[in-house]
Amino acid sequence: MGINSKPVVFAVISALVILVGTVVTVFVPLFMPSTQPVSRFVKPYTAIEQEGRDIYMREGCNNCHTQTVRPLRTEVLRYGEYSKAEEFAWDRPFLWGSRRTGPDLNRIGGKYPDSWHYKHMQSPQGMFALSNMPPYGWLAANRLDVSNSFRKTRILGYGYSQEQVNQQIAEYKARVTASGYDSKETRDLVTPAGMRGDLTEMDAIIAYMQKLGRDVKSMEAKQ
Amino acid sequence: MNDTGYDYSIVRGFAFSALLWLIVGLAIGLWIAFEMFNPALNITPWLSFGRLRVVHTNALGLGFGLSGIFATSYYMLQRLTRTPLPFPRLAKAHLYLFDIAIALAAISLMAGMNTTKEYAELEWPLDIGVVVIWVMFAINVFAILIKRQEKQMYISLWYLIAMTVTIAVLYIVNNLEIPVTLFKSYSIYAGANDANVEWWYGHNIVGFIFTVPVLAMFYYFLPKATGLPIYSHRLSIVSFWSLIFAYLWTGAHHLMLTPLPEWIQTVAIAFSIFLIAPSWGSVVNGYYTLQGNWDQMRSNYLTKFFIIGITFYGLQTLQGPLQGLRTLNAFFHYTDWVVGHVHMGTMGWVAMIISASFYYMIPNIMGRELYSIRLANIHFWLILVGQLTWTITMWIGGIQQGAMWKATNPDGSLMYSFLDALTSLYPYYRMRFAGGVVYFIGILIFAWNLVQTARQKPAAAEA
Repeated sequence: MGINSKPVVFAVISALVILVGTVVTVFVPLFMPSTQPVSRFVKPYTAIEQEGRDIYMREGCNNCHTQTVRPLRTEVLRYGEYSKAEEFAWDRPFLWGSRRTGPDLNRIGGKYPDSWHYKHMQSPQGMFALSNMPPYGWLAANRLDVSNSFRKTRILGYGYSQEQVNQQIAEYKARVTASGYDSKETRDLVTPAGMRGDLTEMDAIIAYMQKLGRDVKSMEAKQ
Repeated sequence: MNDTGYDYSIVRGFAFSALLWLIVGLAIGLWIAFEMFNPALNITPWLSFGRLRVVHTNALGLGFGLSGIFATSYYMLQRLTRTPLPFPRLAKAHLYLFDIAIALAAISLMAGMNTTKEYAELEWPLDIGVVVIWVMFAINVFAILIKRQEKQMYISLWYLIAMTVTIAVLYIVNNLEIPVTLFKSYSIYAGANDANVEWWYGHNIVGFIFTVPVLAMFYYFLPKATGLPIYSHRLSIVSFWSLIFAYLWTGAHHLMLTPLPEWIQTVAIAFSIFLIAPSWGSVVNGYYTLQGNWDQMRSNYLTKFFIIGITFYGLQTLQGPLQGLRTLNAFFHYTDWVVGHVHMGTMGWVAMIISASFYYMIPNIMGRELYSIRLANIHFWLILVGQLTWTITMWIGGIQQGAMWKATNPDGSLMYSFLDALTSLYPYYRMRFAGGVVYFIGILIFAWNLVQTARQKPAAAEA
């Protein structure tokens, strides 16, 4: 009886059947520029922000935090302006998440000073007694590995030269280790003495937090 | 080997691998469930929630789910084609490589090598390993089908063919990435496209691991265990083709109200609603198979595993499309409701059917009786009560969290802080943990029962 006695034909037909929906809803949108529009206001991550993003991924932060604010009244009230597609043009991979055990982070950039983040990463419970976020104080004891930073930005197509990447790293290091850094006191408090003159993983993840959602503000201001 | 020439050692090997990863995955699940209300358990980086959650999902989805599928597939393929396995040594290598890969997966995820794409978190060298392992499996699948002695391919074989083809497509497309180092890579897709590819994969990997092959088991082992033929062959044909056609359109219901183009979301909603029909085709087929023999729910310990399992499948496939509707999704998405939904499917449907299939299959291939039917009954009730406690608690918690996120004061301002909504869930998290413990005890009894079955003398030797 028909294809039920022809396994190879059956497999080919099955493949065609599953490919219809796949082509229409996944493959075709890949080639439509409207799926992932770009905006000149949304800049790629700096080498440091990208390293921070990689630490965010390594620690699986996306398991508890989303990065997409939905166009719902209470959600915009809670987090800020809803997310626009343009914001994610440089995100490989996307980090929208699927569960909010912790709050959404797509509008976290600029919401708090760096010192808030140092304190909070070091001990979420010190800031909110009943928080269930794991403490990440140990990130401040890890020197940031920048040996692949240039390679990473090149693969991601950010268009920086080796010199630009070196400069971004040096500038950020100078910023957080300067005596005039506005969050110096807290940074010194959470960073082991031997690491205070270096860039740590904590510095990088905070740089990433502060980047989130900032460019879109200038995009909206100009529109 | 035995007088039929069938290779059952591979079936046994994968079955006991499944039990091992099931216990490991559940133990990690309990650990992270405890972390949800007591963060002091985040003792070291590799025991922190963010890293362990993916070990939990991978150990159970890939470790337990896939080895359960491989065990039953190698069994069903040989029995349904009346043909011995063409390449038993390839299958043996498949088993060893698979267990090594799962162990490496667990270690690498604990070390933080995580691509963050859900259910595809493994880094690129392990992705290549997974593809190699899948090809090794597929070679035996198609070789045995081509050499088969039985002309007609039974329903279960259709589902296994669809699984073999589809998983390969899903896994390869979603895992295309550019390596930076041996332990780090970036997705080739960006932003909304990456999200769309990921949830096309995420939704369908669940479909083609936790639905399609489990239906293959259901259609094979239900008639075997009950002695009753499947009610309608025609219904199963219609259900099969419409299921595998419609499934692939629905991934974007995981991305409702995100910046993904609206038309993709809307198409996904429509096909999600349509999917109720083929899903319930199998549910109805299962129920009608038992018509006139419902006393088996009391007299045959295996029947209730299958019927309660397919009932949870039915509930799952109603709940899923409803959650996909925009208004309901706006309320439920990102809450624990969804977590409850997933676990009804995995704990209530997948584990029930794999348990029952193993109870039928293991004594059968080893030529002996099950060690204890009484223990199997206790196992059934413990995992049923454990799962219901678990999932109902999460649904209530999800409704509460969704309501608190939305609540506003008369002046239009938010009534609760994010932390208020989170901390109000802690009683539910404790209850969920308790449900998980009950479930875990049930699973330990299941494993003990099968280990004792394997250890006792064969019935033939006693005669």
